[in-house]
Amino acid sequence: MPLLEDGRLRPDPWASVDDDVPLPDGPVILGLEQLRREAPALARRNAPIGLALPPETAPAEVAPLLGLLSLVALRLPKAKDGRAFTQARALREYHGFTGEIRATGHVIPDHYAMLLRCGVSTVEVPEGADPAVWDACRRVVDIGYQAALSADAPLSLLRRRLRVA
Amino acid sequence: MNATVIPPFARTYRYDAIDREFLAERIAEFRGQVARRLAGDLTEDEFKPLRLMNGLYLQLHAYMLRVAIPYGVLNAPQLRQLAMIARRWDRGFGHFTTRQNIQFNWTKLEDVPEMLEALAEVDMHAIQTSGNCIRNVTTDEYAGASPDEVVDPRVYAEILRQWSTLHPEFTWLPRKFKFAITGSPSDRVASLVHDIGVAAKRNAEGEVGFEIHVGGGLGRTPLIGRRLYDFVPEAEFLGRMEAILRVYNALGERDNIYKARIKILVRDLGEEFRALVDAEYDRMPQQAYRLDPEIVAAIAAHFAPPPFARLEDRPLPQDPAFAAWARASVRPHKQPGYASVTISLKPIGGIPGDASASQMEAVADLAERHSFGEIRVSHVQNLVLPHVRQEDLHALWQGLAAHGLATPNIGLISDIIACPGMDYCALATARSIPVAQRISERFADLDRQHDIGECFINISGCINACGHHHVAHIGILGVDKRGEEVYQVTLGGSATNDAAIGELIGPAFGYDDIVDAIETIIRTHIAHRAPGERFVDTYRRIGAAPFKEALYAVA
Repeated sequence: MPLLEDGRLRPDPWASVDDDVPLPDGPVILGLEQLRREAPALARRNAPIGLALPPETAPAEVAPLLGLLSLVALRLPKAKDGRAFTQARALREYHGFTGEIRATGHVIPDHYAMLLRCGVSTVEVPEGADPAVWDACRRVVDIGYQAALSADAPLSLLRRRLRVA
Repeated sequence: MNATVIPPFARTYRYDAIDREFLAERIAEFRGQVARRLAGDLTEDEFKPLRLMNGLYLQLHAYMLRVAIPYGVLNAPQLRQLAMIARRWDRGFGHFTTRQNIQFNWTKLEDVPEMLEALAEVDMHAIQTSGNCIRNVTTDEYAGASPDEVVDPRVYAEILRQWSTLHPEFTWLPRKFKFAITGSPSDRVASLVHDIGVAAKRNAEGEVGFEIHVGGGLGRTPLIGRRLYDFVPEAEFLGRMEAILRVYNALGERDNIYKARIKILVRDLGEEFRALVDAEYDRMPQQAYRLDPEIVAAIAAHFAPPPFARLEDRPLPQDPAFAAWARASVRPHKQPGYASVTISLKPIGGIPGDASASQMEAVADLAERHSFGEIRVSHVQNLVLPHVRQEDLHALWQGLAAHGLATPNIGLISDIIACPGMDYCALATARSIPVAQRISERFADLDRQHDIGECFINISGCINACGHHHVAHIGILGVDKRGEEVYQVTLGGSATNDAAIGELIGPAFGYDDIVDAIETIIRTHIAHRAPGERFVDTYRRIGAAPFKEALYAVA
């Protein structure tokens, strides 16, 4: 699937790997069970490791593993299922995760700015998606009324000018 | 443009260039969403939550646009603009709701962007009046006026409004989320049946803090909220709210819509819910969410008292018709010589909460003349002029009467809350409005209404309980039973400090029998009451048995 970063498509070096198949070379995104089971061996691996974190799993449950990871992929099972927003914020805010946070699943352009404000860095978009539409959607509202994780410029009262890139 | 000239002393939050820019951006965003839907780039499933978050519902006969009236506070030009919208794009009416909002029931999809622009001209919008997000925050319709107020709740309602507007984390919640906030020890906002109920209060040092109840609600699983905190300091207010919403967003039910409200999570987790919220708050970078006293002060300045004249309380004129109205509609004010006036939108035989365009304009004029240009919408679907000179009350009453707005039934049995029911709503299983109309006609006699005393009847046309029937003294729930509308009756509910869910009295009544059943209930109350006793107090004292016997005993 195409990958969107900062409003543009970019190549995706990561491979999502099902459990019980040999790991390919290069960066791999693993399921939670496999990561837990093989954590000691994976720690010695040279290529980057990512985790596909299920929507129902609290980041706190994988906190001890975060040191192994360069990427956490979050999933929206449906467009209206917003658990990933809270997972992203927890990863960034108090689990200290600084790697890539990727949004996958049923993501729509109208999520984009909000995902970025919650600490997400990249989005898996559908085949054929027009990055210009996604970019326009994230820019259309550039005022926020609450604290978030983007580098926003404070205005008066609770308001800030958004910097979503 | 005249419409944007705000009366100088109306205490509504005043938009500045930034707020207006935001609103324009939001309309542009919605326009883009509509265009993408029409181009097929958004599926109907994807578009639906987006249009709902802009207040647009598809109802039985037409689209309905629900316009936000933040915490029920309006100025006169805003009310005039609502009248203009009603006349131009609806059928000349608006419908005020229990969330202190207004609905236009006969909207055409293609008119919506223009309607939103007309709203923006007076700093209004339809943002988050629907959808699984934080909805319009409701508060006390007598805020800033009531003698028993200890904290002005409008300040914190506005802070909640801003904080929750397009919140990046809480726009895709499991289900809708409703706040109510009161600043008086006497709860007039039904805070115990909200997702979060906030009671602003002061400690011994005079500092503001918040008692927080969570997990109350109506619908098919009515529950009274649990007390989560006794006193959250002002600086921690938003941080604690963030923590509650995070726990809910992470753990709330996602698959079964009927178990998705926070009340179910709170009920099922019990004390563990508090532990989770505390753990979340303890881990958060609290400084980032601290509510700065300077921000509070800047927002509080919008709600500074209007320039009251130095007056003394005075006796009201003796005119009997005026006195009957004043007895029901006029309420004490904290400023000597002033009063708050509740305007009934419940004429006998009318549709509860409906106002015509010309009535809205009349109220706007009267507000400018008598109440610093300020109007409130109450959660029982009436309007309030908060600050009226006592010496003006008689003239105000005449002005209201000229427009059919002086029905003297506030707090009485014909002051009924009713949802739109099957006359408009796609979810309804029974009619509500005609039941309300027939009950108010049955009890039309004003002397009789006063004799019955305070009595709240609420009517819902389906189990979702938009008419708040569970917390009425007499609650009526219309349901469909094998293709026939029948009405269940609950007694003894309350939405105030003694909040309680009403108890089902017995088998349901048919559409033709429900008014007689209410009559029987009231006669039973009259027969058993102590002198001056309210219906709900009689019910609580004597229990259900006499009412059951009167309703169901074989003649």
